[in-house]
Amino acid sequence: MPNYRELLQQIKSEIDEVDVTQARDLLASGGRPLVVDVRELDEWTEGRIPGAIHIPRGSLESRIEQAVPDRAQPILLYCAAGNRSAFAAKSLEELGYESVSSLAGGYTDWKRSGLPTELPRTLDAAKRQRYSRHVLIPEVGEEGQLKLLDSRVLLLGAGGLGSPSALYLAAAGVGRIGIVDDDRVDASNLQRQVLHSTGRLGEWKAESAKRTIEELNPDVEVVPYIERLTSENVERILADGWDVIVDGADNFPTRYLINDAAVWHDIPLVHGSIYRFEGQATVFKPGDGPCYRCLFPQPPPPELAPSCAEGGVLGVLPGIVGSLQASEALKLCLGIGEPLVGRLLLFDALETEFSEVTLRRDPSCPVCGDSPTITEYVDYVEFCSGRPAHA
Amino acid sequence: MSRVRIPPQLRSEVGGAREVPAHGGTVRELLDDLMDRFPSLRPQLVEDDDIAPFVNVYLEGEDVRTLDGLDTSVDHGSTVILLPAMAGGL
Ligand SMILES: [Zn+2]
Repeated sequence: MPNYRELLQQIKSEIDEVDVTQARDLLASGGRPLVVDVRELDEWTEGRIPGAIHIPRGSLESRIEQAVPDRAQPILLYCAAGNRSAFAAKSLEELGYESVSSLAGGYTDWKRSGLPTELPRTLDAAKRQRYSRHVLIPEVGEEGQLKLLDSRVLLLGAGGLGSPSALYLAAAGVGRIGIVDDDRVDASNLQRQVLHSTGRLGEWKAESAKRTIEELNPDVEVVPYIERLTSENVERILADGWDVIVDGADNFPTRYLINDAAVWHDIPLVHGSIYRFEGQATVFKPGDGPCYRCLFPQPPPPELAPSCAEGGVLGVLPGIVGSLQASEALKLCLGIGEPLVGRLLLFDALETEFSEVTLRRDPSCPVCGDSPTITEYVDYVEFCSGRPAHA
Repeated sequence: MSRVRIPPQLRSEVGGAREVPAHGGTVRELLDDLMDRFPSLRPQLVEDDDIAPFVNVYLEGEDVRTLDGLDTSVDHGSTVILLPAMAGGL
């Protein structure tokens, strides 16, 4: 039976070890390995090799497949001195990883050689607890949660669709939520607009939303805009800096306006709309799929386009569609999954049926096409008020 | 025969049905069959002898504008979705 030192020597002879110079060269090379720090959390929080991910030695075998599904992906492991990472390398080889090396001398040697290090950002204890169910998901984790806390999402409308989006984005810890709404809370809103409540009747919806969100999650900064989005204020509002826009507007002029603005500012736009028992959702991601004008080059004449105020809507429907929008927005903030780009999701609550149609970018689209003809804001109310005369 | 899915905005034109059968070997024939039986659908679907710009027609999930438009051939038993633009969000 070997003792620890003998076992370590044996393991080290069976794995690939690199010294700090070799490691530095590997990291500068084209086939850059994924750097995995296998130390404990308290060591990791004191500094790391730039770009490293953290999987403590004790969880390595159970978590590596989620983090690195591709067995051919080169991996460089390190710990403090190169011993734990040697055992870790042996273990990964046994799991079938084809190109694993261990940093001899570990982080101690790396730092002593004057090579760059960085302080990883971490969640404080309160945030770690609040967002623990996110942190547990490999696709989100601590890094993802920090990303969400840094994310900025602009919501158009604090109404039917905006209510569930705002609540779930806020609960998820999206750090900054802008809300554009020029309406006040009305009794007829409360059948579905769950951001508001009976005690808030008559209040600005953007203010009511801010209060609800701040009570739910004080980590979130809410920026209310008590105004209707127009060609005059859109640039000022977008200048506040938004990563994703969630469109829960109730009218065509706003939808065309925000579409054009999102294309020109290269901001993904999460679209949703509802009517009676049916809803639609998609993501317009500039440069990667169609825009709203590719889908509908022109709005219908007003007499052919009933609104929810005229036609009604099942109260829970915006809850479903708005939650889908929140889900898409979170995925976009995190950079994970397959967003609803180029796909329009249709939901029928009466039949409980989801269907999907394919959306394609129109090369002749006046805004996102190959030779755009609309390059600045137009009068959107006029554009949507009636049909231009036919040639 | 194909099945045409009627969006909620247009159901009053077809007596409230969510889906109606229609006949035709092309999208044009199919829509004509539908609009012959439900004439008030015509201004909601067609403009200048083409599909109106505020409505999309999907054949098996593909926008027929990206196929052969009104001349796109329709197989027996296909599913067609009519989809007018819808702005509601509140
Ligand atoms: Zn477009």
